[in-house]
Amino acid sequence: MDQLIGKLKTEIIEVLNLTELTPDDIDENAPLFVEGLGLDSIDALELIVLLEKKYGLKLATADEGKKVLRSVRSMAEFITENKKG
Amino acid sequence: MATYIKGAALISPQKTFGERALPDEIMAYEQVNFLQCKEPSYREFIDPMVARRMSRIVKMGVCCALKCLQDNGMTSPDAIITGTGLGCLEDTGKFLGSIYTSEEKLLNPTPFIQSTHNTVAGAIALAIKCHSYNATYTHRGFSFESALEDAILHLDENPKSNILAGAFDELTPDSYTITKRLGLWKNHPVNNLQLVGDNTRGSLPGEGVAFFLLGGEKGKDDMALLRSLRTFYNPGNYADVEREIDQLLHDQGLATKDIDLVVAGFNGNPAGDRIYYHLMKNKLKDSAFACYKHLCGEYDTSSSFALWLAATVLKKQVVPAGIRLNDQTSLPVNRVLLYNHLRGRNHALYLLEQC
Amino acid sequence: MPRKVFVTGYGIISAIGFNVGEVVDSLKKLKTGVSSLTLIDSVYRDEIPVAEIKATNRELYVMARPEQRGCYSRTALFGLIAARQAVDHAQLDMKSPWRTGLISGTTTGGMDNSEKFYKSYLHDNTKGRIREVAGHDCGDGTEKIADCLGIRDFLSTINTACSSSANSIMLGARLITQGKLDRAVAGGTDALTLFTLNGFNSLMILDRQQCRPFDENRNGLNLGEGSGFLVLESEEVVTREGKAVLGEIKGYGNTCDAYHQTASSPEGHGAYLAMKKALEVAQLDPENIDYINTHGTGTKNNDLSEGIALEKLFREKVPPCSSTKSFTGHTLGAAGAIEAVLSVIALQNGWIYPNLNFSRQMHELGFRPAEEFRTGVSVRNVMSNSFGFGGNNSSLILSKY
Repeated sequence: MDQLIGKLKTEIIEVLNLTELTPDDIDENAPLFVEGLGLDSIDALELIVLLEKKYGLKLATADEGKKVLRSVRSMAEFITENKKG
Repeated sequence: MATYIKGAALISPQKTFGERALPDEIMAYEQVNFLQCKEPSYREFIDPMVARRMSRIVKMGVCCALKCLQDNGMTSPDAIITGTGLGCLEDTGKFLGSIYTSEEKLLNPTPFIQSTHNTVAGAIALAIKCHSYNATYTHRGFSFESALEDAILHLDENPKSNILAGAFDELTPDSYTITKRLGLWKNHPVNNLQLVGDNTRGSLPGEGVAFFLLGGEKGKDDMALLRSLRTFYNPGNYADVEREIDQLLHDQGLATKDIDLVVAGFNGNPAGDRIYYHLMKNKLKDSAFACYKHLCGEYDTSSSFALWLAATVLKKQVVPAGIRLNDQTSLPVNRVLLYNHLRGRNHALYLLEQC
Repeated sequence: MPRKVFVTGYGIISAIGFNVGEVVDSLKKLKTGVSSLTLIDSVYRDEIPVAEIKATNRELYVMARPEQRGCYSRTALFGLIAARQAVDHAQLDMKSPWRTGLISGTTTGGMDNSEKFYKSYLHDNTKGRIREVAGHDCGDGTEKIADCLGIRDFLSTINTACSSSANSIMLGARLITQGKLDRAVAGGTDALTLFTLNGFNSLMILDRQQCRPFDENRNGLNLGEGSGFLVLESEEVVTREGKAVLGEIKGYGNTCDAYHQTASSPEGHGAYLAMKKALEVAQLDPENIDYINTHGTGTKNNDLSEGIALEKLFREKVPPCSSTKSFTGHTLGAAGAIEAVLSVIALQNGWIYPNLNFSRQMHELGFRPAEEFRTGVSVRNVMSNSFGFGGNNSSLILSKY
């Protein structure tokens, strides 16, 4: 799980162009949206694309998106639970 | 009915950002196929969390606008109006490319959102939380002029208002390649300082961002007064152009002798420059002439560079040697006529006065 | 005294009709223009409904009858068709000395052609038909229309996303009011493109069914295409030429939401300010508005934001309102003008258009849109809203004269 979390942090930084941050700057338990990193709706879309592109996982609804994308940890848990193969 | 240029900021291939006039040391670019802007330090103006999404042109646009506002102590203009010929090309190309390479699947939305022409005006408003009038014009060589005409309308409607009006256009590797195929540029690299007077076909592409703070009431530190802006479309011949100049002067109760300096859009393409030479040798032969596209290159909104140049000349009362084309006495410069056309279709005349 | 600005003609082409007569017929028959995508080669062909105009570019070229030869984008062809209808309707004599301008609004410009060029170019940058990209810029279509119709005194093109052509009409009106023009042909045009289809799809705001504006279960918008133009003339011209006045541009407001690049603020602040400003310019009170043609795209965000703004401005008395995007789709840059044309028609006939596909009121709002086509209504003032990305909010008020 830790490895996945570390990997996710790097991918998030890359996909959202958070050039000022390193993985260490991101607290995996902190909220990603509104507070914490303060990401917005466009970032949410980019993360949904990331999940599908890199992990083959599709989010069915916006509400599911809200839960899954709450924090890096919740994203990692979703991936672990749903990973194919 | 008056339009005072209160302040301005310019990002260009010259060292103009934060400067009040063209530096004595003009940047010489040797054997180049295009001119590109000297970019400022974005961090100073834009939060990295906001800048992360922005393409180069959006960053330059926001930076330049904020600089203009900051330098003139303006926090909330009554309108933000921009003009751009081609919009945000880098992100347009990025998104379009991704459509094909990813076969329409799993596309990143960010470049699409950032590709719309009004991204810059929207980003400026967002940066200063400004709910005022916001518009973006995109009409080739009239893009900047349309933005100015809208600004002038605002000042007619309310002379007490403060309007931020500007223009931006960028050159990307793709836009260069495509416009080269359209036959617009020189077939060989050039030295920019030798652009005007080069007898080979084509011009030199460039890019730039300029913003102006305009007001309807005279202030202490105004750069210049824009007395008149006149645009005309696709004139048939030189006589048509001369008629437009005559009408502009007549409407202002002036004559050609009242023009001390003409800043003209010579771009090194002989066919397009002929009209400027014609005026320099005939109708406006008693005026000093200057050119500017060797400094910034050719692009749809290059007249915004010229406006900055003309306004700084009027303010400083210095006509840099690096822009002079003839030997007519230029000082004092009370009135400047700026004349530019884009590929013979979109023509603009500006009459500026010292104030 | 500010000069009045009158509407003396209009033209329209959209998925519900190639001209005014056909459009009116579809409205009366509650016939939507939303169907499947047939003319663009996309993987979403059978998945995403669009309000596509069922005519190829070749067929449009014949309809448009361009006086000038050239490579016309689909956008330019729509624009020429609608602008010419408007000019003919208003019986504009281009040889007269009146100062006449053409102002168009568009978001795609020549993209329908240039995206074809780019496909070939991407593999090999020496490939691709260069004339397909020569008209990429937004001003190209406007100049082609101007050249065909003989308009040259003032030309401009606006791109403020979905509010583009509302802003064109506003600019035309202001230029006439300030005495800079006597007449303006103002409107907008946009075509469906792979670019916008994929762009909006990447934002996950395209409904896979027909859009349901202002419905509790709405799930996004349907893209559309087309063009609308109004002919605006000053009071002086109308008097001197004894023209029939179809309506008056009484008010307008342009504000910026300044909340986010794409999302509207939850409380619809920019929308509220734009509508308020339009009322101020028109010197009208909220209760003078008889019908609102909402922006009403059918997205969760817009309809809530706009709904809240409407309630803030009109309080418990939100006038009859509807989104005609349920008929025409969201025509992006052309929306403001297409909907302005529909608004003038509503004024002339005393009509309130229905909001198609509506079944359940939004729980956050205290009002519901009009569900039926109503005739014989006293419609003296219509408000038409257009809210775009980048927070560009515009509102027009068109009135009976």
